[in-house]
Amino acid sequence: MPESILNGLFFYVLAVVILGGAIMTITRRNAVHSAIWLVVTLMGVAGLYLHLNAEFLAAVQILVYIGGIMVLFLFVIMLVNLDEAAKQRQFNRQWSLALICTLVVLVEFGFFLMRGAGSFAFAEPGQGALKPNTELMAVALFQDYLLPFEIASLLLLVAILGAVLMAKKEI
Amino acid sequence: MTTTVLLFTLLKVIVIVFVVLTAVAYAVWFERKVVARLQSRWGPTRVGPHGLLQPLADAIKLLTKEDITPANVFRLVYFLAPALSVITALLAFAAIPFGPVTLVGGVDLFQIANLDIGVLYILSISSMGVYGIALAGWSSNSKYALLGGLRSSAQMISYALAAGLSLVGVLLLSGSLNLRDIVNAQAGATWGFIPHWNIFPQLLGFFCFLTAAIAQTNRLPFDLPEAESELVAGYHTEYSSMKFAMFFMAEYANMLTVSCMVTLLFLGGWHGPVFGPALLQTMLPLLWFSLKVLALLFLYIWIRGTLPRFRYDQLMAFGWKFLFPLALVNVLLTSLIVAYRAD
Repeated sequence: MPESILNGLFFYVLAVVILGGAIMTITRRNAVHSAIWLVVTLMGVAGLYLHLNAEFLAAVQILVYIGGIMVLFLFVIMLVNLDEAAKQRQFNRQWSLALICTLVVLVEFGFFLMRGAGSFAFAEPGQGALKPNTELMAVALFQDYLLPFEIASLLLLVAILGAVLMAKKEI
Repeated sequence: MTTTVLLFTLLKVIVIVFVVLTAVAYAVWFERKVVARLQSRWGPTRVGPHGLLQPLADAIKLLTKEDITPANVFRLVYFLAPALSVITALLAFAAIPFGPVTLVGGVDLFQIANLDIGVLYILSISSMGVYGIALAGWSSNSKYALLGGLRSSAQMISYALAAGLSLVGVLLLSGSLNLRDIVNAQAGATWGFIPHWNIFPQLLGFFCFLTAAIAQTNRLPFDLPEAESELVAGYHTEYSSMKFAMFFMAEYANMLTVSCMVTLLFLGGWHGPVFGPALLQTMLPLLWFSLKVLALLFLYIWIRGTLPRFRYDQLMAFGWKFLFPLALVNVLLTSLIVAYRAD
């Protein structure tokens, strides 16, 4: 079954890219390097979307996160002089506490994964059901869930206005 | 997918990359010639007839020049940035259809990948182009380069929004994100001579997209990132030899992408009068497509030769306070008309 082997290969390669990128993001000293690694992680997530046949989501992920938000991140990092911050200590010495927390979460995850292993089997998508991806998305957003969608956009608008209000010295 | 199809596709990729790179080289020649004419000069005339071999001479010069890496650059990022620029510029061509579906052995001759989300794909790939420039500016560790990189990232984000919004009108009219479907929706003509191109119902969208795209590709009158009177050469100040040439290539390839996009979305793509024997019938659409792209390239250069550069605050104000609301108005008007027609 070369098809399924290829599928698995893609998944694991993308998983390595995502996790590797995430680890590099939090361990780099230089903020610009961190940002670049975060871009790699986001790209891996876009790859996963593509792997799941959600091409619209993949394109939007790249357009919004990589082409928009991360460029703004980079912009701010480059604008602010971070040389001083890079010289300071990057990590808190609280590894013992962190270790306990992580272990608890790990045990919790492990427990639920063991208990509910059966419910992780994915149903086979119907052939052709996923084809007009963008259209399905539009129907879901603008017909089935119109009200939640509008509420969410209103919330975002309020957040934007609040941010502008806080950033401005005088109104 | 059989091996032959795979090999054929690979061959197609190689041919298209070769054609695009040649077109890029000759776009430089074209620009030098046209700008020279606009300024009552001759332009390149020495190398070959009409200076036609000038791109070749330039390529040899750039390849054999000394490649200087300044001492205090961030090496990895410094080397990565020009490559990133070229790769994102070339990747966009993977989704561009150059002609109608022409199947040979089950493979479409004139397009590498027929994506359902073609428009979005090209938008997202070109939105990644800003990384090459921003990172080049940062990694050079020079204030001029950094300022150029900062300017370009702010400019590209601002104008990417207007560019994306101005396309919504076209998408509403054709009801698809697939470039082929959009072109096919523009086939035919009213009264036999006015073609059904999107430019007529979407004049506002056309103007917005073209302006935003010129700004996004950092061309005059929006080339603030490399304004030589204030920033030396902007983000590529510290680059030399082939690495400098890669930024140059990326810029011209992006111009070509924009011209192709405008042709496909607003000017009816490859549609035009088709006649004659079978071979001519398959080649004519390609000719119409190329002619439209060439006309748009000429427009680019014409604008460059005519308009002076904006000031930076003017550029930002123009993008946010004029172009962006105009694109919004266009979306509103188009969706009203589409909704009215649907009733």
